[in-house]
Amino acid sequence: MNETIQPRFLPAGESALVVEYGRVIDPLLHDRVLALDAAIALSNIKGIIETVPTYRSLMIHFDPRAITPEALTQTLADLDTQPRQQTRSKKRWRIPVCYDPSLAEDLGEVADALRMPPDRIVALHVSARYRVYMYGFAPGFTFLGGLPEALTISRRATPRPPAPPGSLLIAGGQALIASIAMPTGWYVLGRTPARVFDPARARPFLTDAGDDLVFEQVDLDQFNNLTREAESGALVAHEEAAG
Amino acid sequence: MSASRLKILRASAGATIQDGGRFLMRRYGVTPSGPMDWAAFATVNRVLRNPKDAAALEISIGGIEFTSEEAPLDLAFAGGGFNWARDGKTVPSAARIRLHAGERLSAKPGTWGAWAYVGVAGGFDTPIEMGSQSMHSRSGIGGRMIEAGDTLPVAPQASAPALPDGKIVSTRLGRDETPIRVLLGPQDDYFSNDTIAAFFAASFSLTPAADRMAYRFTGPKIEHALGFNIVSDGIAAGAIQIGGDGEPLVLMADHQPTGGYPKIGTVIRADIGRLAQMRPGETCRFAACTMNEARAALFALEDEIAATACQPIAAGFSSEVLRSLNLIDGIVRTVSDQ
Repeated sequence: MNETIQPRFLPAGESALVVEYGRVIDPLLHDRVLALDAAIALSNIKGIIETVPTYRSLMIHFDPRAITPEALTQTLADLDTQPRQQTRSKKRWRIPVCYDPSLAEDLGEVADALRMPPDRIVALHVSARYRVYMYGFAPGFTFLGGLPEALTISRRATPRPPAPPGSLLIAGGQALIASIAMPTGWYVLGRTPARVFDPARARPFLTDAGDDLVFEQVDLDQFNNLTREAESGALVAHEEAAG
Repeated sequence: MSASRLKILRASAGATIQDGGRFLMRRYGVTPSGPMDWAAFATVNRVLRNPKDAAALEISIGGIEFTSEEAPLDLAFAGGGFNWARDGKTVPSAARIRLHAGERLSAKPGTWGAWAYVGVAGGFDTPIEMGSQSMHSRSGIGGRMIEAGDTLPVAPQASAPALPDGKIVSTRLGRDETPIRVLLGPQDDYFSNDTIAAFFAASFSLTPAADRMAYRFTGPKIEHALGFNIVSDGIAAGAIQIGGDGEPLVLMADHQPTGGYPKIGTVIRADIGRLAQMRPGETCRFAACTMNEARAALFALEDEIAATACQPIAAGFSSEVLRSLNLIDGIVRTVSDQ
């Protein structure tokens, strides 16, 4: 597979280091990012504070008093050539989603732009298999890869008003699930009653980078019921054994 | 000493509680927060003999006024050159004092600086959310900004010895307009050598778009050699993003942990607090430095903070303070200048 890709070690100040595997969105690059992340979690390297996986790189925040960037780079280069280990089994999530017109504010606009009937857009969006690549933008904003290419639409020139928590957004060939209301340059196709971020939960964030995710369509009545369940603390999303 | 409370009488927008920061959740998109000027924050905790990350009150450029409710409060303040007054009487802009019940302490904008810290002995006893007391107003994590009428609980102290009032002596707390040092990377290869040289030769002005999240500068346009859209990657505090407009955006304490613009360099940790103290309209230059210089500057600053001392101030003489004043003649003149 990707054994020939040599990571680049890039400084991000004296307290952070980027291990970059490439410059594009590619599940194979992401696999390498996650493998290094897992290896670091098992390694107990002195001075590492935390790591942040992204599409194509891993950022490592460290204590410069505890380790030099040179020593860290050498340690990571050795680690990266070791056999891959997984700290946790990858999860697969089934997440209820609703495309009722009252929740799909931008569906018509996307349909016009892509010259496709709204039903077709929903069918493509709901049946795709997604991977959680990273979090960004705001706490819990879940960035997904796996959006069908037919749904590629460029970002808005100016942001739209805040989309509510749980909004299913697309733009730039990517999909994401919003965690909190924020103005966005993306398009709202529907909404999930599941909370990808709930600070009251023992595990505030639903998924981890690398998890698989599929959608399950529900109607507005079901959406409203599930929303009430989620308000009283139910997870609403379902975890399956990864296949 | 019984538990006391600090009651806010007036607060300009932007006052928050900050501790060392909210770490270990950056992978979930959680902003680290923490103090804008970590060196001033650490200085306050140092002179109070607090843990270095104890929660303190961060005040913004407009200043603040507060009082101690019920019991005396051992506190310290430091940061930019604010005008501080105790019951209307001027005190040094960085000091440790015992504020008696009912006494008022106020900070008004002085000649320079944008942020200052008020620490209390023992630290503020505000709620911990997701591992930190830091308030991140954009996401609501850690609570909203401080407003007039708020009462901030102080962690009860286990009969700590009273610390004498004193002016905080630190060369670090003066105004310093030397260039802001920068380590190149992680995306300096998105810029030509000529562009990088031009970046370090130019002077940049801070725009009004400056808050806890980021400081936007304006100056000569920085051209990208490889375009400005990169696939999102990690962001460290101090990262200098060059967006589509070719202007530098320095990411500050409340930065997003990931982002999608090329980062030409990163402001070193030793200088990020100095940059934070800039006001819109002020200018600065950036200077390239090496990894060894960045590390040495950080360690030197940390060592300097650890060695911070207080000198007696004029108000509230005790016989002990008077004796020390007689011994150190020069201080009398310094004090009378305040």
